[in-house]
Amino acid sequence: MVIKQPKHQPEILEAVIIRFVGDSGDGMQLTGTQFSDTSAMFGNDIATFPNYPAEIRAPQGSLYGVSGFQVHIGSVEISTPGDEVDLLVAMNPAGLKTNLHAVKPGHTIIVDTDAFTKKNLEKAQYEANPLEDGSLANYRVIEVAMTSLTKEALKDIEGLDNKSITRTKNMFALGMVYWMYDRSPEHTIAFFNKKFKSSPAIIEANTKVLNTGLYFAETLELIPNVYTISPAKMASGTYRIIMGNTATAWGFLAAAEKSGLELFLGSYPITPASDILHELVKHKHFGVKSLQAEDEIAGITSAIGASFAGDLAITTTSGPGLALKGEAVGLAMIIELPLVIVNVQRGGPSTGLPTKTEQSDLLQALYGRNGESPVIVIAASTPANCFDYAYEAAKLTLEHMTPVILLTDGYIANGSAPWKIKSANDMPDIKNNIVTKVDGDWHPYERNEDSLARNWAVPGTPDLEHRVGGLEKDRISGNVSYVPENHEYMTKIRAEKIKRVQNYIPELTTEFATKGDLLVVGWGGTYGSLHSAVKHLNEEGVENVGYAHFNYINPLPKNTEAVLKQFKKIVVCELNSGQFSKVLKMNFNGLDLSQFNKVQGLPFGNSELIEKFKQLLK
Amino acid sequence: METTIDKKYTYKDFESDQEVRWCPGCDDYVILRSMQKALPEMGVKREDVVFISGIGCSSRFPYYMNTYGMHSIHGRAPAIATGVKLANPNLSVWVITGDGDSMAIGGNHFIHVLRRNINLNIILFNNEIYGLTKGQFSPTSLVGQKTKSSPYGNTQPPFSAGELALGAQARFFARIGGNTPKEMTQIFIDCEKFKGTSLIEVLQNCPIFNNGCYDEYTNKAVREDKQLFVEDGKPMIFGKERNKGLVLNGLKLEVVTIGENGIEQEDILVHNAKEEDVTLHQMLVRLKYPLVTGIIRSFDDFTLEEREKDQTDLVKSNSKFRKVDDLFFSGDIYQVI
Repeated sequence: MVIKQPKHQPEILEAVIIRFVGDSGDGMQLTGTQFSDTSAMFGNDIATFPNYPAEIRAPQGSLYGVSGFQVHIGSVEISTPGDEVDLLVAMNPAGLKTNLHAVKPGHTIIVDTDAFTKKNLEKAQYEANPLEDGSLANYRVIEVAMTSLTKEALKDIEGLDNKSITRTKNMFALGMVYWMYDRSPEHTIAFFNKKFKSSPAIIEANTKVLNTGLYFAETLELIPNVYTISPAKMASGTYRIIMGNTATAWGFLAAAEKSGLELFLGSYPITPASDILHELVKHKHFGVKSLQAEDEIAGITSAIGASFAGDLAITTTSGPGLALKGEAVGLAMIIELPLVIVNVQRGGPSTGLPTKTEQSDLLQALYGRNGESPVIVIAASTPANCFDYAYEAAKLTLEHMTPVILLTDGYIANGSAPWKIKSANDMPDIKNNIVTKVDGDWHPYERNEDSLARNWAVPGTPDLEHRVGGLEKDRISGNVSYVPENHEYMTKIRAEKIKRVQNYIPELTTEFATKGDLLVVGWGGTYGSLHSAVKHLNEEGVENVGYAHFNYINPLPKNTEAVLKQFKKIVVCELNSGQFSKVLKMNFNGLDLSQFNKVQGLPFGNSELIEKFKQLLK
Repeated sequence: METTIDKKYTYKDFESDQEVRWCPGCDDYVILRSMQKALPEMGVKREDVVFISGIGCSSRFPYYMNTYGMHSIHGRAPAIATGVKLANPNLSVWVITGDGDSMAIGGNHFIHVLRRNINLNIILFNNEIYGLTKGQFSPTSLVGQKTKSSPYGNTQPPFSAGELALGAQARFFARIGGNTPKEMTQIFIDCEKFKGTSLIEVLQNCPIFNNGCYDEYTNKAVREDKQLFVEDGKPMIFGKERNKGLVLNGLKLEVVTIGENGIEQEDILVHNAKEEDVTLHQMLVRLKYPLVTGIIRSFDDFTLEEREKDQTDLVKSNSKFRKVDDLFFSGDIYQVI
């Protein structure tokens, strides 16, 4: 099929933010993903963020059942999915109502007028139809009867029930948006052919509706402007779009291959971490072993068992799950075995906001165990670098023989971005501490002089039989020891072992300035928001503001204090009430620290950050 | 374990250098020595043996075995052992647990390990009391039992370990008195040969906090009259005179005397431990007189690691991915020049 290109010359934009919203059954995630994938393949930089309700199929038309997908594409560097949107595609009144606030005044809203029925308006708690009462006067509203046009387009296709027909209306919307932004539908059509291989009628229907939407937009000239976004200047190489959770899973796959160990995952389903489980269980071809356990505790303890037996063992969870795993983290820590615990943070406390993002598990990761039980804590900061930090977590745990908690969050885990694909060949080597024989007597708790890591003798190795356990152990033999001095010695050496990790991790660097009036500090998943806000200031000519982002939390990089002291003021920005700020205060004296915190289950907005920074600069 | 070993071990090869610290007179000593004597008969290499325990008196067991071992956290041994076995199916993996460890705090792991039927062995030291925490009632303590935490008598009805296990799809269940080391040793050998999760409930006397709790069944003077030690393929006969037996009367088991009321030996039920249908095994487990010991159920089934291996082999043979790079550079990739 030949696709006609827009008649008039498209206007060139640097970047655009589009949000698709509808019922949770309307296929908004798929629509958004298709648009972002197509744009990425065209060469744009992108960032995406899905926003969906915790309910799988909330009542149709309800305000809390709205599912959304936001995509930010650009010919310039894109580091967040963006705040206010240039185009809102609303498939029903509830979607319009809950998302209108995010549309820039004067910008475009596309609505499916067929969905604006009396019933749906009532469900969305509209007293009057917003399409008729003038309340949208400040926006450019494009009204399209998408449902009926979809039905009309498919009337001649046999073998489709009414429900399947209506379900394709999201492709009508996508077709319109493709035309508006000068995008080819090819990638999406190829996707249909692959995804619905076994049902030709569905392929035909979706393709037809997609093209109909595209032609409709072109022919009726409802849309006055057509835009294009040129390819971004990105480092040359082979790319793919990757979601944070997938990148995390792949980081572990690479680490297993590189270390020569087999990967074991013990996990219990929990939002928003389950996608890591879903991804890893696909890869039995690499010998990945997995156990979907009976609970969070069995998730981690089965991983401890696998680690004892010589696998690269990991467990994945989110906040409440980490709370349940706490005791077992302590066990892995005292028996000094490698284990990675991934916590994809979500809104807390308790069940909290399962589908929303937050950074409120930092102190839990650092201290949420009985006794003195420090572990390595690191955090990924973008969807793509979840790969690097999963790999790093595996490397650190194997090389230092202590558990590593890897923190990500719902925002980067579900967000996606272009990933310049890394080959396993490009990744650093991973050593391990496995011993198969020793000269002289075997002492399970003898340590490497530099890292203080102990040796790892796995069952099946002759003559190295030994017992480990949660009771305090003798410093050399690992046998149970109640000797007071030994306990204090072991407590200190376990802490020292973590501290020495400083010698193996990169130093802290700053962006935009190495000294000045204000240092913006962040950690984990807020990198995109903070980076773009400081960049914005810098582009405005504000040159006395630097930005430091922490991926290593415990231990902190060696030069942390030196870097921080180069700035008169420091603002620590976190999606919690100030947990990392506490960590810095506890570690370093004499810093002028202020905080910027947000605990709404949402990422930082660009404008709120800039406003705060400007205020601090006054 | 099918491996051949070069040297013949003795029980001493399985003794660790740690001093055993259970109370004098505890049945745990009997279990420990039975295990040390059973292991040389199993044809497994010492370095392939792993003991995983939870918390409680019994859970100190791994420290006393000169094998690989882990004394872990309360209730979690079955999950840890599952990880060990999935990581390396060649190992001979043993879980050491007690009634509180397995059926209270670790109840969830206990039922799920049985359901999955992974090839490992669980030795359950059932003394119907919490010993290490000094005498509180456990999930197997009797109603009315006076303990530190039930001074007026326990009001919580007990679990029967066997019933719970069979309800959770246990393929192998044996029960043995804590004072019968010879039979115990043989059951340990048999359970290692069995492919699947084996649960052995040891009726273990705690001389300090629950002394004599099994006396009515295990005391040498009454043992033969009160216990029926079942063996696969043999008639269920017991008693000092070997003249008592079990028959099925309607939906109930009934004790009869051979030679009385026209009952002959041929009328006595023959034990079939390998039967898939769990009905009769459940009845045997529930019986109070006689108390049934020996291997009550031993039903051969697929194990978790077999299913996993078959699936993995199939996926591997159908997959084009050999190295992670094959995956990373597959599908929707694009070039930026």
